[in-house]
This record gives sequence, structure tokens and C-alpha cells, in this order.
Amino acid sequence: MSHTGGSDISVRDTRTSAGTTRSDDERFPVDNPGVEHEPPRWTDADPDAGRSAYTFVVGCFALVPVLAIAFVVIYFAVPQDVFIDVGSNHYMAQHLLLGLTLGLAILLIGVGAVQWARLLMDDTERTEERHTAASSAETRTAAIDIVYQGLQETNLGRRKLIGRSLLGALGVLVAPAAVLLADLGPWPTARVRAETIERTIWGEGVRLVNDVTYEPILAADLEIGQLVNAEPENLQEFHGHHLQVERAKAAIIVVRMDPNSITIPESRSSWHVNGILSYSKICTHVGCPISLWEQQTHHLLCPCHQSTFDLGNSGVVVFGPAARSLPQLPISTDAEGYLIATSDFTVPVGPSYFERDSRNDYEDGDA
Amino acid sequence: MAKPAALSEERTVPPTEPERVPGPVLKRLAGPTAWADERTGAAGLGKYFLRKVFPDHWSFLLGEIALYSFVILLLTGVFLTLWYKPSMAEIEYEGSYQLLRGVAVSEAFASTLDISFDIRGGLLMRQVHHWSAMLFVAAMFAHMLRVFFTGAFRKPREINWVIGVALLSLGLIEGFAGYSLPDDLLSGTGLRFVDGLIRSIPVVGTWAEFFVFNGEFPGDLIISRLYMAHILLIPGILLGLIAAHMALLVYHKHTQYPGPGRTDKNVVGYPLYPIYMAKAGGFFFIVFGVTVLMGATMQINPLWTYGPYNPSQVTAGSQPDWYMGWVEGAIRIMPGWESHIGGTTWSWNIFLPGVGLLTLLFVLLGVYPWVEAWLTGDKREHHVLERPRANATRTAFGVAGITCFSLFMIGGGNDIIAVMFNLSLNTISVVLRWAVFLGPVLAFIITKRICIALQRTDQERLLHGSESGVIQRSPVGGYSEDHRPISQGEAYTLTHHNEYPPLPAEGVSKRQLQARRWFYGDNMSKPTRAELEAAASHGHDGDGHDGDGHGGNGHEVAGRESRELSSSRD
Repeated sequence: MSHTGGSDISVRDTRTSAGTTRSDDERFPVDNPGVEHEPPRWTDADPDAGRSAYTFVVGCFALVPVLAIAFVVIYFAVPQDVFIDVGSNHYMAQHLLLGLTLGLAILLIGVGAVQWARLLMDDTERTEERHTAASSAETRTAAIDIVYQGLQETNLGRRKLIGRSLLGALGVLVAPAAVLLADLGPWPTARVRAETIERTIWGEGVRLVNDVTYEPILAADLEIGQLVNAEPENLQEFHGHHLQVERAKAAIIVVRMDPNSITIPESRSSWHVNGILSYSKICTHVGCPISLWEQQTHHLLCPCHQSTFDLGNSGVVVFGPAARSLPQLPISTDAEGYLIATSDFTVPVGPSYFERDSRNDYEDGDA
Repeated sequence: MAKPAALSEERTVPPTEPERVPGPVLKRLAGPTAWADERTGAAGLGKYFLRKVFPDHWSFLLGEIALYSFVILLLTGVFLTLWYKPSMAEIEYEGSYQLLRGVAVSEAFASTLDISFDIRGGLLMRQVHHWSAMLFVAAMFAHMLRVFFTGAFRKPREINWVIGVALLSLGLIEGFAGYSLPDDLLSGTGLRFVDGLIRSIPVVGTWAEFFVFNGEFPGDLIISRLYMAHILLIPGILLGLIAAHMALLVYHKHTQYPGPGRTDKNVVGYPLYPIYMAKAGGFFFIVFGVTVLMGATMQINPLWTYGPYNPSQVTAGSQPDWYMGWVEGAIRIMPGWESHIGGTTWSWNIFLPGVGLLTLLFVLLGVYPWVEAWLTGDKREHHVLERPRANATRTAFGVAGITCFSLFMIGGGNDIIAVMFNLSLNTISVVLRWAVFLGPVLAFIITKRICIALQRTDQERLLHGSESGVIQRSPVGGYSEDHRPISQGEAYTLTHHNEYPPLPAEGVSKRQLQARRWFYGDNMSKPTRAELEAAASHGHDGDGHDGDGHGGNGHEVAGRESRELSSSRD
């Protein structure tokens, strides 16, 4: 079928004197009555309507220079610190006026042009014949012949190796092209991973500090039910993108809960200070910082995808798309009573990745 | 590309056309035309293109909105590049937005604030750019749905459909790249999500992450890399694909809706010059003007209220731009499935709804024209559009897809919905987990039944005419309503849709036959000429001929006599 292209459209049209087209194709049981002529437009029938349409179009175009001049004047004359209140909206005056004048000016050109075409230009519908997308059979044969003839002229038939070696040569060029991209980033080998995504700047003795003021956190100051967003004290040593990279992993939340109302497994009995527990703030789903704290249930909800973790039960997932519990940071207090970490996280924080060994993460019921 | 075609217009021009006396205008044009033509042969092109006929319908404007939005994006985008700095280097903000003065921010964020507050008209252009990006993707979606539901993707337009799918997918990526450039808290959160998405790819995810971000998230290069993609790489590809899309459109000539005088061998409408130059050109200005008014009056992405990106902060209600909402929803309602095999982690909870769903959508869209051609065995060219009801199963497919998309989209706003309607967030998510599978099935069944009911209505009009509203009482006391015959034009329109080969068909495998029966076996067959004539001749006696007898394909096709519709019908 394909070699004939669209020629299998078998509608055979024969025009009758009345303009009706009799179709011999069984697919169309009703004869084509031909294009119906629309009644004359009101702008053609009524000279007054025609004149007012004319006035409208010219009016549209005539307003554009006015608006354009207004735009230029506003640009230079209206200061940027003047505001306009419209209802409950607070607009920068210059921005609003520039936008209104420019928008209306552009819009009026469009409205004028479209109305001109709709109401005043000749509105005779025209019929254009359509041809099948395919070329004629002769053209296609001729094209194939040309390709074949060209192939003959290359003598590839007798000297096959030219073609094959050329294809091979072109194929091999992919290698240099691909290798050029090998420096797009460091290679995440096991060693590189261990130094990057599998470690944070937490370590033994690093103080927990408030993430805004960098003040160290006194264990005694925390009340039951309170949550503090915290960072490691040594985060202040980082700047620029290094700061962002470390902050993206090291952010934690510190919560104090009634020790009698929470479950602390045997293995983590030394990780808390009188019910003060610390967890990674970075969601194990796709890495959003989790911050919505439900004080009564001890649940922590991620605002991005609503994964919910139970901080009263070693951070296990209670709802949502996250699959792993929140890593807990082992903490203690120093001589002055400030909260400190006793080590880095015991598992990598943040979202999963293929090479992640997830056998050591806490699961509900672990000792 | 296009072979010169004789315009039928030359033959159909009424003989009353005034003879061409070279007037002052023609005389003035002759010189420049000769100059250009002698160097470019432009006159030949002009003769072919200027009077090209385009059919008129509002739904054909959807694609135009997408095209014009792209042009607006190029114009406003160039303006923004004049001040934007694609750098993640940390600086102290010293611009005129008081609340952030002295805060350490990236150069990207600071320059975006400068555009918003210190460059006159900068905020306007930024908001116009963002609004037209929303509109660009929305118009592409709407245009795609129009093409889908009217069957405009059928032969010979399959390649153009695939180009369209590529445009849509690139549009999503382009939009996302732009969303990330300001380096504010919201866009950084979006990037963080993408980092998790890339990581979740089995086996190569971590490598992809390190290569994209130049190491650990967020690294120091992602903004400049996305900038390159956003202003050069993807727009370049988009531009090429749009050119191909338009070239094929011109070559195929536009499809048209069924109607009197419309056939697969012609196109009825208005000429490019002057009607469509004014209409389409004017429409560009309308789209542009409306977008500028939106940018002036409707705030979008007020990133100064979010602040610079800080990976330890996020706001509740963080959402991607609308077109990624469905992926976001899928990610949200997905159960936390993850496999831990040996020392490896397989994140199905992110990979399946994220990478999987995006791939699935574009693969399904891309192959659909061939799936349908296989199902129907239809290899003919089609230039007259189908009304959605005429192809019940396709329409049902489309509505099922929209339903699925919308349910995922609702998932993407589950937190907002929970707050606004005082519902349980968890319940919404759990219900949606089932709804995204059951909803489309339900939508499919309902849509298909509605389409077939509408086909019956058409049948009814064809065979019995339209209801006149005049009730007559017969001598025996029965009541009946007078029906008036419909015009031949309407009858032609209602019977112009494609009819598929009767079932059972010869020369197809059993499996294909089953597939065909499922795809179009329930469609109403068009009445034959004989049936139409019979209906016309026994007129208005209301004999209970309710169209039910015509269901099922493959009925009495053979043995039809030559039939002529009585001309008294109109």
C-alpha cells in the first residue's frame, strides 16, 4: 500500500451543474453540496456599519502612538519607589503603568489588524486543491534510480572496504566526543563518594549551633516539645558554594521530647541527652529540608512531598514516599553543657543513590 | 521542498474579475519586485505562497498561541540576558530591595533582583517572560489535545506529530531550566528535587549526578550550565524543530473540519495574503499584548519574598511550575518503595514516578499514530478532521489520559487542597493512589458511551431530521413530534467521517481482528444511501425507526444499488 502513497484516495468527483458533487465512493452516502456561500457581512450590507468598523480599526491604530508616548514619559518621569494600591494589590507604579501602556499598545495593533481582516477585507472563501503528500510514482522511481546510479558511480560494489572503513571511522569518532565530556565532574568512585556524599562536617565534639545566629545550644535551655534548626559550628569556616554543599548535608533539627513518651532502641541509648534528639534535616526522599514539626505526635513532615517521620521512634517513615528513616546524629553535652556531636552520621544523609549501602539504616523494630 | 502546485483558484476565479490595468500601485511595485526577483527568484515563491489558503477555526489558533509565545520568550529573554549573571559566586546584595541588603547571595540571585528593582521595565519583562513560558507550554498541550481529538495526527502528518511531541518535551525541560536560573529558595528546591531524581536512576544515577552538578549538589556550575541549555542549546533545537513543524504544515496544507464543500482533496478558507497576514499577524500582537498586560498586573515568582537559595530551608507549599505539577503529584503519592540489594539501593519511589512517568508519557504520545493505524488498518491520507465523537475509542483514550494527568496534578497540590478544604493530607494521598488507576478506566468507559450516544444522535438527525417542536395528535389519540429534514450540507457534514473496514475483515490476524473489534466495533455505522433515501421517503410517520438497527460495523455493505439522495431533502 505504501508505494502508492496517498493515491488510494478513491473519491471520484464529478461536478454537476448545480455545484453539487456526486461522489461514487460508498464511504460518503451524501452528495457534497459544495461550499455554501455565507450571507453578506453586516459591514458589507450596512454602509454605516462599514464606516463604524473603519473608524474602529483606525481608532485602534491611532491610540498606539498615544500609548507609546505615554510609555516613554512614564519610563523617565515616574520614580521607581512610588506605589499604587488597587484593592488588596500593591503595585510598583512605574512597573504597572509601563506594562499597561505597552500591553495596550501592542494589543490594539492586534485587535485593529484582526478586525480589519474580519470586517473590512474581502471575505470570499476560496477553495484550493490539495495534492497527496507523496510524489508521483515516476518521480519516486527516478529518485531511486539516481541513488542507485550514484552508488554505482562510487564503485562501492567492487571496493566494499571503503564504505565499511568509513562507517567504522565515523563510529569511532564517538569515543573522542564522549571522552571530552569525562571531566564534566569528578568521578564518584568509592573513594570520592566517601569524601563527598557519604560524609558531613559533623564529628566528635562539634558543637550544635542555631542555624541563623550560630549560637551554641545549651541543653538546659531546650524545653520539651521545642524544635531548633541547627548546623555544625564549623560550618562558618565555609563560604560560597562550599558552604552550600556542606549545608546541604549537615543541616539538622534538634528536638526535645519527654523520654517516657518516646521509644529509644538499645543501640541508640547513648545518642540523646535527656530526650534531646538530633536528626538530619535532609529528607531521605529527594533531599528537601524537613521542617514541619507536629509537636504532639512527634511527627516531622516534609513540605515538599509530605513524607512523615516519627522522631519519637528513631525517625522511621510513617507516611509518604520516603523509604528510609531519617539518619540520627549521636549527641552529647560538653563540659559547659552545650550540645555536641559525638561522631558524624553513621549512614549517608539525603536521598538514595545506586551505590548506597542501605543495610545499616534503622528500621522500625531494630534494637 | 514544496512542489509548485497549480492553484485551483485560477480556475475558479469568477470570470467577472476586472482586467489588470497596471495602476500606480502595480507600477511602483514592479521595480522592487524585479530587483528582488532577479537576485532571489522571490516572485515564484510569492506566487505559490501568498495566496495559500488556510481554513478558519478557533481551535487552529492554539498552535499559533504556542508559536507566538515562543517568539515573545525570545524577545523578552534576550532583554533579560543583558543584565542576568549566570554565576553562583557569593556576593553581598547591595541593590535597592531593602529587606535583603547585606545578605550573602549568589550573583545569579542578585542580578535577578537588579532586573526586578533597578532596571526600569525589568520586572515587567521578567514577568512577561515567565507568563509566556506558562502560556507556551499550556498552548502546546492544548494544541496537542486538539490535534489528538480531531485525528489530525493521521497520515500524512505522523512525523509532524512526533516533532510536536519532541517540542513539548523540550518545552518542559526548557521551562524547568529557566525556573532554576534565579537561584532563589524555590528554584533551588526544584534543583534539589532534580538532584534526587537523577540520583535515583539505577546503576548510573550517581555518575549522572556528579557530571550534571560538577560533583556534589549544588556544586558551583549548575546555574551556568543550565543557562547555556536555557538560552542556547534547547532554544536552538526548538527553533529547528519549529521550522520543520511549520514547513511540513505548509507542505501538507492545513487540515479542515468537515463541512459542505470540504473534502480530502481540497482546502477551503482564506488566502494567506492579505487575510491571514492580518489575522495571524494581528493575533501575534493580541497574544503579546495580553501577555504584557498579565506581566503588568499579575505577579509571578516574587523571588525576593523567598530569598536566596539555602539548602537547609524550604517553604511549605513549594510547587514547581504548573506543567511539572503532575510529575510532582506522582512523586508525592508514590508509596515508599525501595529495594536494597547487597550494597546497592534501587529507588523505585523516585525513579518510577519521575523518570518512568515522563518517559511513559512521551513514548505513548510518540507511538500513538502508529498504534491507531495498526488498530484500524487505515493507511489512507486524511485531511478532513474527525469530530471527537466519530472515533469513540480514541476520544475515550484521550479523556482517560487527561483524567490521569489531572489526578496526578491534584496530587501535586495535595498539601494546598488539604489546607483549603480542611481534609486529611494522608487520605487525599491514599485515595489518589487508587484514583490514578481507576479514574482513567472510568473516564474511558463513560466517554466512550457518551461518544456512541452522540453518534446515535447524529444518526437520528440523518434519518429522521431535526425536532421541530411541533407536537401532533393523531385521530387515535397518539402524540408525535414533527421532524424536519436537515440540510444537505449538514447531512454531508455528519456523514463525512471515516468508516473503518467492516468486521470480520479478511486478511488480518485473529489478534488484530480482536483489537479492531475493540477499537471500533461499537461505533455506529453511517447510514447507507438506500437507508437515507428510505428514511426520506417514508418521511415523518414516526415508525419507531430509532437508529438502533444500525449498530455494529460490517452490516449490509454488499449489494447496495446505485442510490441518489432525493434533492427534495434540502
